[in-house]
Amino acid sequence: MHSRSRWLVPATVLITTASLTAACGGGGSSPSSSGEKITLRVSTFGKFGYTDLYTQYMKDHPNITVVETAEGDLGKYNTQLIQRIAAGSGAGDVVAIEEGQVVNFLQSADKFVNLQKFGSNELKDDWLPWKYTNATTADGATTIGLGTDVGGLAMCYRTDLFEKAGLPTDRVEVGKLWPTWDDYIATGQKYQAGIKDPKAKFVDSATNTYNSILMQSGDHTYFDKSNALVIESNPAVKSAWDESLKMVDTGLSAKLKAFSPEWNAGFKNGSFATLACPAWMTGYIKDQAGEANSGKWDITTVPGGGGNWGGSWLGVPTQSKHQKEAVELAKFLTTGDSQLTAFKAAGNLPSNPKLYADAALKDAKNEYFNDAPVGELFVAGAANLKPVYLGAKNQPVRDAVENAMRSVEGGQRSASEGWSEAVKAATKAAK
Amino acid sequence: MTTTTAVPRSAPPGQHPARWRQRLRRADTRYTPYAMVSPFFLLFAVFGLFPLVYTAWVSTHDWSLLAGNEGYVGLGNYRELMADTDFWNAMLNTFTMFVIATVPQLVLAMVLAQLLNSRLRGATLWRMGILLPNVTSVAAVGIIFTMMFSRDFGLFNWLLGHVGVDPIAWQDHRWSSWLAISTMVDWRWTGYNALILLAALQSVPTEIYEAARIDGANAWRTFWSITVPMLRPTLIFVSVVATIGGTQLFTEPLLFNPGANSIGGGTTAQFQTAAMYLIQQAFTGQRFGYAATVAWVLFLFIAVFSAVNVLLLRRIRSAE
Repeated sequence: MHSRSRWLVPATVLITTASLTAACGGGGSSPSSSGEKITLRVSTFGKFGYTDLYTQYMKDHPNITVVETAEGDLGKYNTQLIQRIAAGSGAGDVVAIEEGQVVNFLQSADKFVNLQKFGSNELKDDWLPWKYTNATTADGATTIGLGTDVGGLAMCYRTDLFEKAGLPTDRVEVGKLWPTWDDYIATGQKYQAGIKDPKAKFVDSATNTYNSILMQSGDHTYFDKSNALVIESNPAVKSAWDESLKMVDTGLSAKLKAFSPEWNAGFKNGSFATLACPAWMTGYIKDQAGEANSGKWDITTVPGGGGNWGGSWLGVPTQSKHQKEAVELAKFLTTGDSQLTAFKAAGNLPSNPKLYADAALKDAKNEYFNDAPVGELFVAGAANLKPVYLGAKNQPVRDAVENAMRSVEGGQRSASEGWSEAVKAATKAAK
Repeated sequence: MTTTTAVPRSAPPGQHPARWRQRLRRADTRYTPYAMVSPFFLLFAVFGLFPLVYTAWVSTHDWSLLAGNEGYVGLGNYRELMADTDFWNAMLNTFTMFVIATVPQLVLAMVLAQLLNSRLRGATLWRMGILLPNVTSVAAVGIIFTMMFSRDFGLFNWLLGHVGVDPIAWQDHRWSSWLAISTMVDWRWTGYNALILLAALQSVPTEIYEAARIDGANAWRTFWSITVPMLRPTLIFVSVVATIGGTQLFTEPLLFNPGANSIGGGTTAQFQTAAMYLIQQAFTGQRFGYAATVAWVLFLFIAVFSAVNVLLLRRIRSAE
């Protein structure tokens, strides 16, 4: 026994050292000929709807294997991406950059391949003008991302719960119930009185509504364009805050934290009847609510008319060993046709304005959502979408403010305590 | 046999090859052990010492994660940290959760070890079974327990509902979140500690117990005067390991807060631990220099805390 363990330690050390060296040495070779077999890793979050596109791309490029690593949750994905970009290794060959992160990454644009060197300027017109400039540095010299989808905003609701509560279920009629957010809240009170079920609330949580209202305010939110924190001086933030907390006061909120398992279960179990939904959310709802609830959900216009929430770009980190091939793949995934494919697969609204007149998009219906005319609903506002400027530190500030809002929603703080905490935490997070 | 091998060793001095050989032999006995233990130190230098020193260096800089080094600030980060209420809140959470997790855990482990040390049918089965929770991945434990503690569809609220208790939002309150997280920690580590204590119990010579019995000592007296002192080194080991584990508490509270902003540790950071605060500063806040400062202060705390722990446990024997 003793003699064995005496050898065990050096052996383990040797094996560990060897495998560490092997891990560092692996993948160091860079391909020279285009015929070499290579694997491209695409990192995304949520649902991008690219599966069919990968299959097609691999058929057209037999030497390339595309692998997608999809993290469900944006927060986790962002943390990992920043970590890997900063560390200089581990990020995918093609990475999704979300709206809230693009300004952040533009600060270190040198860590991404300048897509202008691969002719992105010639493709400029394939995106809404701001979609392209938002992924370009202020001096216009470097572009780090090719546009995928844009937010667009609508309201998703449960027709069966509306019926039970004695509210109209037709999407046009429902849309007429809430031209403004105050009307939306008034409708919520009617719903709550009608449904008489404490477990079926009107809305999932305050934070999702809050973000929708905030992103409708246009122009900027927590940071002005010189990246100064303006949470207190920008009236849009406080009014969005107050409006959303009205829903909590009137008992409309199911108090479910977005993207938590309970929130997900809420889609299935009918814990809430409405949810502000950007185009990309429709794919998520379908996934979570499942086939059993097919046809129970519907989509109508959002209070306050339109708005932009979410949307991404595809970029190529300079750490990729196959930059040229990765850029080619990113270009392929962001063409008009590909955006249309992704729209059909996951509901993500294209950022290519040429498609907005295309019948394939304009007349598209979503079977799952009771054949809602999603094309019409989302495209209507898409051409007029105003880009909202989000500062480099948007994510930490948003986290801080949402957390303060949840503490009010959960009853740990009063509304005024919550607001001063939001300002305090935001100031700290903006450092 | 012995004479033949002894010949070169006893060769007369002045002969060069023999002296060379002697010197080599001496060097061999002197340096080979160092060479043999060097892999550990090399690995430690690369994966332990270097990060430690580098972290100290980073902590004296204003260092943005993506933009890199933005200038030397001396002890500025440390000064800021001392006045940072969020950090102290995280420290308080970590410390309290450590205490409410570790104390019952070690007491329970001790009881279990005693039970396992008595005559049991299928002793090996019990001893293996007790280690099973430790083999499960911490992520699985976190996810399952978080589901059991969930507000609307959780097992615990369902059970409480049968006795007329309204559903508890376990994540929303300080006490309930601490309790839930401590439960996860204890579930996973009690068996592990029990096994280590069991091994120590079995090394206590039975003669001492027999002598105590002859002297008329009761079970309680035997436990305090024989078992505990004999287990002292093991108790120190178990407590130090639990201290380090407790200070690094991260995965369980992180998974206990699923969905958006998990790293925040609840709406009022009521269960955010120091390790979570560190990660939040580094990767959400992107303040790499400040996060390095948190790491160093945490390291100092663990060192001091472990030392205090050892000193306290040393006194166990002299307690009588």
